[in-house]
Amino acid sequence: MLNIKGIAAAAGYAIAKALVLESTELSVEKRTVQDGDMEITRFREALARSIADVEKLKQRTLEQLGAEKAEIFEAHLLVLHDPELLGPIEDKIQKEGINAEYALHEVSAGFISMFENMKSPYLRERASDMKDVAKRILSHLLNAKVLDLAAIHEEIILVAEDLTPSETAQFNRNYVKGFATNVGGKTSHSAIMARSLEIPAVVGTKEVLEQVKDGDLLILDGMKGTVLLNPDDATVAEYRLKQEQYEAQRAEWAKLRHVPTVTKDGKHVELAANIGTPADVANVLLNGGEAVGLFRTEFLYMGRDSMPSEKEQFTAYKAVLERMEGKPVVVRTLDIGGDKELPYFELPKEMNPFLGFRAIRLCLERQDIFRTQLRALLRASVYGNLRIMFPMIATLGEFRQAKTILFEEKAKLEAEDIPVSGEIQLGIMVEIPSTAVLSDLFAKEVDFFSIGTNDLIQYTMASDRMNERVSYLYQPYNPSILRLVKMVIDAAHAEGKWVGMCGEMAGDATAIPLLLGLGLDEFSMSASSILPARSQMSKLSAEETRMLAAKALGCGTAEEVVTLVQRMDI
Amino acid sequence: MQKTYKITNEDGIHARPATALVNTASKFKSEVFAEANNRKVTMKSILGVLSFGLEPGDLVTFIAEGEDASEVLEALDEIFAKESLGIAHA
Repeated sequence: MLNIKGIAAAAGYAIAKALVLESTELSVEKRTVQDGDMEITRFREALARSIADVEKLKQRTLEQLGAEKAEIFEAHLLVLHDPELLGPIEDKIQKEGINAEYALHEVSAGFISMFENMKSPYLRERASDMKDVAKRILSHLLNAKVLDLAAIHEEIILVAEDLTPSETAQFNRNYVKGFATNVGGKTSHSAIMARSLEIPAVVGTKEVLEQVKDGDLLILDGMKGTVLLNPDDATVAEYRLKQEQYEAQRAEWAKLRHVPTVTKDGKHVELAANIGTPADVANVLLNGGEAVGLFRTEFLYMGRDSMPSEKEQFTAYKAVLERMEGKPVVVRTLDIGGDKELPYFELPKEMNPFLGFRAIRLCLERQDIFRTQLRALLRASVYGNLRIMFPMIATLGEFRQAKTILFEEKAKLEAEDIPVSGEIQLGIMVEIPSTAVLSDLFAKEVDFFSIGTNDLIQYTMASDRMNERVSYLYQPYNPSILRLVKMVIDAAHAEGKWVGMCGEMAGDATAIPLLLGLGLDEFSMSASSILPARSQMSKLSAEETRMLAAKALGCGTAEEVVTLVQRMDI
Repeated sequence: MQKTYKITNEDGIHARPATALVNTASKFKSEVFAEANNRKVTMKSILGVLSFGLEPGDLVTFIAEGEDASEVLEALDEIFAKESLGIAHA
């Protein structure tokens, strides 16, 4: 048995015989042609047949996978009509008297290398689209047979150098159980396609094509990113079991996608997602997120050479609010400074960046930056359910000052007759122990709290979690942390306010029963954790977790807390 | 007629919006061009539009020549807004 390692591109397991897709490099010979017009006619015929192919693929993809996946073929059709591609090819045929195959090869190679040299990883990937289109025209010119993937009628795992969009679009997932390729990464077209087809895929193995022969038995592990070649019976049995469990779990998660998060004794909590860009919203909705619990706005400020304008920010906030269709969106105002630097905004180096000039501290001093962001948020507020949250609040004075600035900007906008929502909730991150301790007084003035556990833990334990020698002190389950969380939740509830959590802890399977028991209202995590968390919560009883949490608060160490949760047998 | 934009979308102009821009520009009678980094391409060419490799902060100008020039620019403007590609640049 050989274990071939690659990149886990799409989750799941497959066990089947290999079908090896030899990369039939169509050979291109340079020939001189006498009659240029006839050669151009031959080229145009091949082009017409290619267009017909792609029209068919587009239709098929539209029916089976929907409009979004079919868009790629819309782009291929434009390339097949592109004057910048066709003009130079026909010129070459006519002026240089060369054959259509060679002219096509030369011109398309220019575009392929142009894409391969682009800075953006996304645009670099477009080289594969150009190759795909060029290969299609070439195979028609050469009358070469293209393997008809739609004709596969036995269960197989495809093994290939790489898979083009037109190849993956033909897959019938009843038979193509998964694939492994030599090249590619998590964002390759083939990887994205595998995830939407919900079949496992391992890409970037560098050697799977060389190692595997047609008919070899393969196990594809889309979790670890490995391909097992000719596994023994025991391994096959082990993977059959894993596969069954995974399928059962996935079926259960799928059922949970559009239902609210409810414990088995009927308590509802909100499962939200953390996002960094408007593009992340699609994944939130796909995973059944009930809200955006943390929209980090730093991306708007990064990778550029000046501060983003009010209009640019407005456009991004509006996009997120609209795409969430009225579901709550908690936007955290700018959290830069410390270790997060902007190239165009110089700050002096600090001895203790995590304890330094950052987030709200910076925004209150550089009010020009802060006010621009607040205006953009206020203007976007009418497009959805906006909640604004200030990071790194240490004192009530900071909150009051930030709130005053927000209200000043709101009044200015209203004076300009620009509509602003009247329902914007205003909250703070609780990540500094002083704020947790004083949460009963904060609770009278804010609309909500969101506990940022990553920082709250490191500030409470006085331990830098990037420093390996003290990282053992990063203890989410330490009873001191649990007591702080309880203090914040109780303080909020006493004033009728809600509490969320947006650190890694909120999606952690061990922490979830504890947080549920402490009365947390909203859990915000990475989108992919939502369905597993919802599944876990549906099996928990709020009453039992309340007793569990009460016991945990009396534990002396993090280890005792973990043992307690494990013994609960959930 | 012409109009200039500053790209703000983190992906620049990727294949889907480029497809929409080229399809839209081709619907009108006017000759439409795009200009960026001192290069000018016809808006009939998706490879031309993608060849700019536009990134956030880059400027791109659309130039329309013909009787329906203002309609073309308006239609392109709508795509820019809908896809959050960028903002008008004075």
